[in-house]
Order: sequence, then C-alpha cells, then structure tokens
Amino acid sequence: MDEDAPPPKTIMRHRLVTRVWHWINALAVLALIGSGLTISNAHKFLYWGQAGANPRDAWLHVPRWPSWATIPSYYSLSAARTWHLFFALVLAFGLLAYLIWSLANRHIQRDLRVRRAELKPAHLIADARAHLDLRFHDPENPAAYNSFQKLSYVAVLFVLLPLVIFSGLALSPGMDAAWPWLTDIFGGRQSARSVHFICMALLTLFIVVHLALVILAGPLNEVRSMITGKWKVPEA
Amino acid sequence: MITRRTLLVTGAAGLLTGCDSIGRSGAGKSILESGEDAHRFLQRSIMGRDTLAREFRADQMSPRFRVNGSATADTPEYAALSAGKFVDWRLKIDGLVRRPLAISLAQLQAMPQRAQITRHDCVEGWSAIGKWQGPHLSRILDLAQLKPEAKFIVFHCADRMGDGSAYYESIDLIDAYHPQTILAWAMNDAPLSTGHGAPLRLRVERQLGYKHAKFVMRIEAVASLAGIGGGKGGYWEDSNGYQWYAGI
Repeated sequence: MDEDAPPPKTIMRHRLVTRVWHWINALAVLALIGSGLTISNAHKFLYWGQAGANPRDAWLHVPRWPSWATIPSYYSLSAARTWHLFFALVLAFGLLAYLIWSLANRHIQRDLRVRRAELKPAHLIADARAHLDLRFHDPENPAAYNSFQKLSYVAVLFVLLPLVIFSGLALSPGMDAAWPWLTDIFGGRQSARSVHFICMALLTLFIVVHLALVILAGPLNEVRSMITGKWKVPEA
Repeated sequence: MITRRTLLVTGAAGLLTGCDSIGRSGAGKSILESGEDAHRFLQRSIMGRDTLAREFRADQMSPRFRVNGSATADTPEYAALSAGKFVDWRLKIDGLVRRPLAISLAQLQAMPQRAQITRHDCVEGWSAIGKWQGPHLSRILDLAQLKPEAKFIVFHCADRMGDGSAYYESIDLIDAYHPQTILAWAMNDAPLSTGHGAPLRLRVERQLGYKHAKFVMRIEAVASLAGIGGGKGGYWEDSNGYQWYAGI
C-alpha cells in the first residue's frame, strides 16, 4: 500500500456560494432567534387557532428569556421588531437564492440527495455507530455527507427554514389579507405563531448539534473549510 | 492563555453589546430600519389596494376581547363627554380639506354603515376576533373634500400617554380609502365601551393593533407627517421607534 500515491491531503470541500450563504444565513438566524426571543417576551403564551389572547387558553407558557439570549439585550419590542423584520428578508431571500443556485450547480442533486438505501434501518444503525465512534466520513469518499448529515441538512433547508419563513409571514396582518391561504395552511394566525416558535426551537437544536459535531470533527479544519473551502481529509 | 471558553464568553458578550450599539447608532439603525420600507413595498406589490382583510363568522368571535393600551382617556374633558353619553362630542375633520367638518355621533350613526368581523392582531403577538361597525372613513373624507396635496390622515385622540402627550396615529391614503377602513362606534353590536375607545375608534384592518387609534377626537389631513408630534406618524413610532407601517 505504501507504494500507492497517497490520496490528496486537502480538498476543496465547499463551493463559494455555499460558504457565502452559510455565513450570511448564520448571521441572519442568530439575529432572528435573539430578536425573536425578545418578541416572545412581549407575550409569553402560545395558542392554537386564529385567535388567542388570554393565558388560560394557552397550550404553552413560554419562559421569560434572559437578556444574554435576546436582541437587544434590554427589553424593547420595537427594536427587536426592527432587527427581526430586517433579517427576515435576509433569511428568506438568501435561502431562495441559495436554493436556486444550488439546484443550478447541482449541489442539491449531487451532495444532498438522500438515496433509498441510506434510509434502511441497517444503514442508519451503522451510521449511528460511526457517529458514536466519532467517525463522520466514509474513507472511500471522505467529502460526501453521511446519511444523518444529509437528512438534517435536508430537514433544515427544505422543511424548517421554509416553515419558519412562511409561518412568520402568516403572522403579518398585511400578508393575511394578501395571501389568506397561507394562514389557512397553518390553521390560523395563532397556530402559525406556535409553529413559528416550534421551528425556532428545532433550528436552535440543529445549531447546538451542528456546533457540537464541528467541535468533535475538528473545529479548525471544519471552520476553515467553510471560510476558504479547503478541507484537510482526516486520516482514516 | 486565552481558552476557548473565554473567547466564546467574551465573543458572545461582545456580540450582544455590539448588537445594542448597532441597533442604536446611525448607520446600523437606518440599515435595519430599511426592512420596514422593504416589507411595505413587497406587501403593497402583492396585494391590491382594496384587497380585504379576512372576515370571520359570528361564531368565531372571541368570547373575551382584551382591552389594551389606554383603558380610558383620563382628562376632565373626556370625563364630561363620557358622562353626557357623547351627545356634546363632535368629530372634527380639518387640515388639508376644503370643507372642515364637525360631526356628531348621531350623524355618524346615520351614515351608511359597514359591519365587519375581523381579527385584531396586537404587536405583542396575541389576537382577538370582534365585530366592528361604523361609516367608511373614505365617505367622511369625501364629505370634507380632501385637497390634492393631502397625503396622510392623522387621528388625534383624547387619551394621554405616560409622557403626557396625546395618542395619535396616521395612515396613508391607500389605507384611508380601503373599503374596510371604518370609524367604528360599535363593537360586538353595542356602542364602544370606554376600554375599547368610546366614542370612536379607527379600524385599519390590514395593520397591527396600535394603528387602530381609540378615543378619536379629530381627523387631520396633512401633506407630511413631519410637523405632527415627533414627526414619525404616531405616538408609539415617536416614543419607542415602532414601525409606522404595521402591516407586518
């Protein structure tokens, strides 16, 4: 084996569009979560249906978020809305541009398509074992995403982010006039508000797991690959 | 040595204080605030001038409709009007109109009416469904004959806020002439209660609750919002930086 040419040590892992979008989106999502938590503090109760205003009708009493988690750090609903409404546009149009671009450059079809075989229980169990052993890459094809990675990226890109955007839009009285069907999809404005909150919680969970895995996989190499695109192939 | 933990903690603290100063300072603030104009532009692009806000059935009305904002207009003048069941109250319409008016409650009630069951969406996040009835604002503006230079309609209210200034709000002519924009004197088939803004409240159904001025005393047509109050078009806009366009 020693005589064979060693595999290239460093490969181009992420395309420019992916990298640019990743950081813009990361900024937008963090700004939206922080400002969203301030907005949540304005009325800490979630309801189902069209209407809901009284805490006794709430299905969830949301805790009051501490100032370290909120934008701004002091309570200002108006300032939080200013942040939220700006970064909502960054999130929505950023995602739209990224998805169109990633279809055009075949990133989605090539790197994110989940094959049927990957969903077989035996394969998923093997992938889970590999994660527990901190093996995240297929030595045969180290640049490929593993199945859990693909599934979580697909869930975020095609389910959670669109849902959080559309449920947010359904909260707007202007949009409810323009696109009443949007509010209907969610079963009413207060249901949309609940869905919006649940999506935020799931996205936060994704971010926590994502960051934990970046740290476990080698933070310098992983972060560098998302900045310069270059990624050192880990030794098997 | 700088540990990762110190870096993260100082980084996070720096981010937060950074956010506060960006949100407060000139350039950062105006960039963030451009979102409001973008949303207004986008919403107005996809909805027709007369696209109606959703209306509901009677059985969908909220059993309890929360009183929010000023629960009353705490002035001797208002107390006297209220004690007299608003018989002496007159809605003044002035500013850039050819025919300034002073209309009594009975006259408003005698005009053609529109009744609508709509959802009231508070900026805080809650919603309540109620029935509102009153004449179209557009009819009153037509009676007063708006001058062509009028661009905004300002609603001056009787309630005094924490800083002593009177509540006011404003809308542009698109919303002023919208078919659901009414001056409601009745709510849920009864005259407006004090808490909901007796004797008259604006309904501007495609925007959030704080635009729906209560205790309306005077309607003024203006060419610019610059000369009114703090110049941003409403009490909450002036005092706290709330968005003037509250369609989102």
